[in-house]
Amino acid sequence: MKNDPNYMSGAEIFFECLKRENVEYIFGYPGGAVLKIYEHLYDVDFLKHILVRHEQGAVHAAEGYAKASGKVGVVLVTSGPGATNTVTGIADAYMDSVPIVVFTGQVSSHLIGNDAFQEADIIGITRPITKHNFLVRDVKELAPIIKKAFYIASTGRPGPVVVDLPKDVINSKCIFKYPDEVEIRGYKPTYKGNSNQIKKAAEVISKAKRPLLYVGGGVIMSGSSEELKIFARENNLPVTMTLQGLGAFPGTDPLSLGMLGMHGTYWANRAVDNCDVLVSLGARFDDRVTGKVETFCTKAYKIHVDIDPTAIDKNVVVDLPIVGDVKHVLAELAAEMNNPPDTFEWLKQIEEWKNECPLEYEKNDGRLRSEFVIEKIFEKTNGDAVVVTDVGQHQMWTAQHYRYNHPRSNITSGGLGTMGFSLPASIGAAFAVKDRPVISISGDGGFQMNIQELTTAVYNKLPIKIFILNNSFLGMVRQWQELFHKEKYSFTDLGSSNPDFVKVGQAFGIESYSTDNPNEVDSLLDKVMKINDRPTLIEFKVVKEDMVFPMIPSGASISDMMVKRLNPKRMI
Amino acid sequence: MKKHTISILVENHFGAFDRVATMFSGKGFNIRSISIGETEIEEISRMTIVTEGDDKIIDQIVKQLNRLIDTIKVVDLTSTPHIERELALIKVNVPKGTMEEIKNINDIFRGNIVDITGRSMTLEITGPPDKIDAAINLLSNFGIKEIARSGIVALKRGEQIKIKKEKNLTT
Ligand SMILES: Cc1ncc(C[n+]2csc(CCOP(=O)(O)OP(=O)(O)O)c2C)c(N)n1
Ligand SMILES: [Mg+2]
Repeated sequence: MKNDPNYMSGAEIFFECLKRENVEYIFGYPGGAVLKIYEHLYDVDFLKHILVRHEQGAVHAAEGYAKASGKVGVVLVTSGPGATNTVTGIADAYMDSVPIVVFTGQVSSHLIGNDAFQEADIIGITRPITKHNFLVRDVKELAPIIKKAFYIASTGRPGPVVVDLPKDVINSKCIFKYPDEVEIRGYKPTYKGNSNQIKKAAEVISKAKRPLLYVGGGVIMSGSSEELKIFARENNLPVTMTLQGLGAFPGTDPLSLGMLGMHGTYWANRAVDNCDVLVSLGARFDDRVTGKVETFCTKAYKIHVDIDPTAIDKNVVVDLPIVGDVKHVLAELAAEMNNPPDTFEWLKQIEEWKNECPLEYEKNDGRLRSEFVIEKIFEKTNGDAVVVTDVGQHQMWTAQHYRYNHPRSNITSGGLGTMGFSLPASIGAAFAVKDRPVISISGDGGFQMNIQELTTAVYNKLPIKIFILNNSFLGMVRQWQELFHKEKYSFTDLGSSNPDFVKVGQAFGIESYSTDNPNEVDSLLDKVMKINDRPTLIEFKVVKEDMVFPMIPSGASISDMMVKRLNPKRMI
Repeated sequence: MKKHTISILVENHFGAFDRVATMFSGKGFNIRSISIGETEIEEISRMTIVTEGDDKIIDQIVKQLNRLIDTIKVVDLTSTPHIERELALIKVNVPKGTMEEIKNINDIFRGNIVDITGRSMTLEITGPPDKIDAAINLLSNFGIKEIARSGIVALKRGEQIKIKKEKNLTT
């Protein structure tokens, strides 16, 4: 056995498996429990290890990579604190169904449960925030488990998988053989939708007078954007998208209504409220979309296509569920559509709503506004860039004003709403995308949450455009305080304590700029868009007290939509 | 809110039970009783969970259970013909002169007297849960010291549920 060339240590097997999964990048951080793996990594040349500066950054980078590329993102960290630092990222990936595999070191098997040095029960901790997790108890299980981990992460409704690797397992040896196939009897995702249901859906859509497609991240994950484009255009169906769905359908297409929900466009929400057939594709009727469920889209016949049966009837009870992969279902649905519905009047009505209440902001007072900056970024990139946002007002303004033209170019933390997501996620995206600009947009608050990853961007010479929309506030929280909490601006004013962002950038070795002048935006953007061999940073000092509108307050109805500030005096 | 008995076949390995329990607690679903044990197939265990909720909740519970990778088969037995049994150990006081009466109750419920110590006696009673409730109710007149109930185990009547043998992919 010892002479068999396939007789290897767990650490060697680990890399053999990653090779077979075509892993190009690992985002990681070393430590005691995974030293053996790092020892072998030193001589591995088929993949690149990206050293982050905090394990949370590794997970977000893996997410950014996965979302931009459609492949599985891979993370490697040590036991204990290394593992617990990944928790926020894993929860984020779980909420947004991002396929990643996180390898965590673990203390030796015989020490598990002993409160050993750097021991943490990461399997227990991550159980509710992973699609599945594995503790490898024997080196012989390692290869089959890794095979299963990649399979589970990337199939069905994707999600994060954790593989916990005790030190002794990594060190001990066995004969390596990678399984050719995966067989998990408790896991059989349904890809093909029920044909009768699909026929029925086609009939209903054909007869609709006011149909609406409600599109979520599932369309992007399943790679169905082309199918969606054809289906919507051939049948003249208007399309509204969730935050995660943006990019699934071109934002510049006349049939696109932009985003729906809490900060969705007025016309998208009016369309939801008045449609007679709602077709949900890879979306989950999340509370940021529905508001008060009882008043959500009450007049429509609802069709729900989703690969995850638990998504169906969870928040909103639908009339026609179709469990399956959107890609398969859309193709079949398109083939079943004999006559497109007559939507001429309906589209005209939506156009009227659009004119009634467009996305507006003050343009004539000479002050710099986030919406203006986003519009400029859109202009410069024609909607072709990969734009990675953080969480807060700037995220919503980007969703409203950046009209994404391609799938996999809108990367943001939607489900968990994780501040600090953008910078590390843009690093992952920059490894996946080389032919289009990658832009990271953060607020002044969130930017400071994973600021250490500036080093990673610099070291790897990633041409990320790092934009900070500095409103000197935890702006989104400030907005809620103004609207719902008696204007008690409790701990949201960052103005006096924010660092000098230009100096911060320079300290990391980044060419950095700052402006509060709308007239400088063009030239600054031009300058950084030309730089392609290193990161650049621009701080946009924007108006402090601006608010994101329209807004449907949490748990409220479309009739409660606020389209502008009630008290104009406060427009400082 | 109706009670539902859900039968779950799970992989008999590390963590499978925790996944089911975590799902229930994480989603805020109730567990009224839970039992777990081996089956005719070595690597598979059966969990029987009694839970409660309206149709929408039960629908979610079944779907969420199915979504777990370690669950092989999930069946809500409530609306299909099935057998439910539970075992209870009931330690009851035996006041002077009541021994015969307690023995009679035990006989009526086809129980076993498994222990007699001093002034107390332990009965073992099996049956559908309502039968056990009835026995406990009668015995409470004498003063009950302790009760241990196993939780319900249940099987569908008639044909068995087929399970595929998993290929052993371990190297
Ligand atoms: C990790 C984390 N902590 C707290 C929050 C709550 N939160 C949501 S938005 C927000 C403000 C973000 O401020 P900033 O990054 O400056 O962006 P802005 O809203 O001003 O554009 C906060 C604190 C969060 N989403 N994530
Ligand atoms: Mg801010």
